[in-house]
Amino acid sequence: MKNRSLVSINDYSKEEIIRILDLAEEFEKQPHQNLLNGRVIASLFFEPSTRTRLSFETAIQQLGGNVIGFASAASTSVSKGESLKDTILMVSNYSDLIVMRHPVEGSARYASEVSAVPIINAGDGANQHPTQCLLDLYSIRKTQGTLDNLDVTFVGDLKYGRTVHSNVIALSKFNTKFHLVSPPELKLPSAVKRHIKEANLSYEQYTDFLEVIPKSDIIYMTRIQRERFPDPLEYEKVKNAYILENAMLDNSRDNVKILHPLPRVNEISTDVDSNPKAYYFQQALNGVFVRQALIATIMGVK
Amino acid sequence: MNKRKELIVSAISNGTVIDHIPAESVFQVFKMLELDKTNHQVYFGTNLQSKKYGRKGIIKISDTYYKDEVINKIALVAPTATLIEIRDYEVFSKVSVSIPKTIEGIAKCFNPNCVTNKEDVKTKFEVLTDETGNLKLACHYCEKTTTKNNMVFF
Repeated sequence: MKNRSLVSINDYSKEEIIRILDLAEEFEKQPHQNLLNGRVIASLFFEPSTRTRLSFETAIQQLGGNVIGFASAASTSVSKGESLKDTILMVSNYSDLIVMRHPVEGSARYASEVSAVPIINAGDGANQHPTQCLLDLYSIRKTQGTLDNLDVTFVGDLKYGRTVHSNVIALSKFNTKFHLVSPPELKLPSAVKRHIKEANLSYEQYTDFLEVIPKSDIIYMTRIQRERFPDPLEYEKVKNAYILENAMLDNSRDNVKILHPLPRVNEISTDVDSNPKAYYFQQALNGVFVRQALIATIMGVK
Repeated sequence: MNKRKELIVSAISNGTVIDHIPAESVFQVFKMLELDKTNHQVYFGTNLQSKKYGRKGIIKISDTYYKDEVINKIALVAPTATLIEIRDYEVFSKVSVSIPKTIEGIAKCFNPNCVTNKEDVKTKFEVLTDETGNLKLACHYCEKTTTKNNMVFF
């Protein structure tokens, strides 16, 4: 895994995922470790993403590394028309590792092919966001004590939600029972279901949210976006169908945890926040430990 | 029977015969091989009878031989095609085109936001078959799947 780019969660085997999660546990206990000792890591955010960028930069600084880069493409030569390849070649002269967020799908894979140093994909358009997936897996394992044999429920926009896609693909390695709750227009694409089938696992699809709550160990909520619907009327019909309210958790399992990649709009009612079953804010914190584990692994210092 | 069919489209002395092309793909093969730009003699027939396939097309190109990557191109629209090299009126070699596992720089990714449509990047796909036997292309970069209806070739 040393010096290898992480572009897509499919790049890692089950064992490699577990290795990162185990290491993240160590960093959770001791996040300040001077392992990078002044090495330079580039943080290239061609599109703004405050949460992901700060999480990465915190992870790097706590490991004693230095960060160079930019938080949006506007102030760089990209706005002068520089190609992605040229930017990456230039930056890989200066740095030992590149963390990259880019609005174009496939840009991270391409960057990993032209770069002399490894790339960590911090999101390439609607395609992949593997560190979000790793932190979700970390959160699931931490709250359930295991990743194996869980009932995991995904709710909302399963068609376009990239975090749902990579989580389903990754969890297919762990004998998961999938419960998929969405309006018919936003069902999980067959290209993703293929991974469930190939792992000989089963999934159930629902349009009704309530019936699945008591069957779940994890409820992973996502936002349904207005712009996904060509017909505004269709959006109005479904927009309130998948809102989680505290009272709906009355019959839920004791161990159930609510996850959400954030930002949340209205799909989780604020009265859930104080319920101990709500886990979305701790989930975001776990991102730092997972990113430390990943960076330390790729840099070969752990 | 076979001989008579060959004669429906004139024989060539040297060159390439592409037989068993699905009738509806004949003009796509024309386009892929840029036969509208060749200076060599080209004969073709379409909607010809075929015992195996019902209706088929055939193209004969004089004094022209093709490399493997060109044969791969054809396989995407004409997976049943047979490629015959003719030298001095004799069949020199005869191979079925085979569907390649991966293709590079042949087809466009249908995703407008794919890096191959935004930067100077050669396309690369894994060739997959769906439940109904249709070919589809999984993009190496954006990971989206281009289905048969959306396929555009360079």
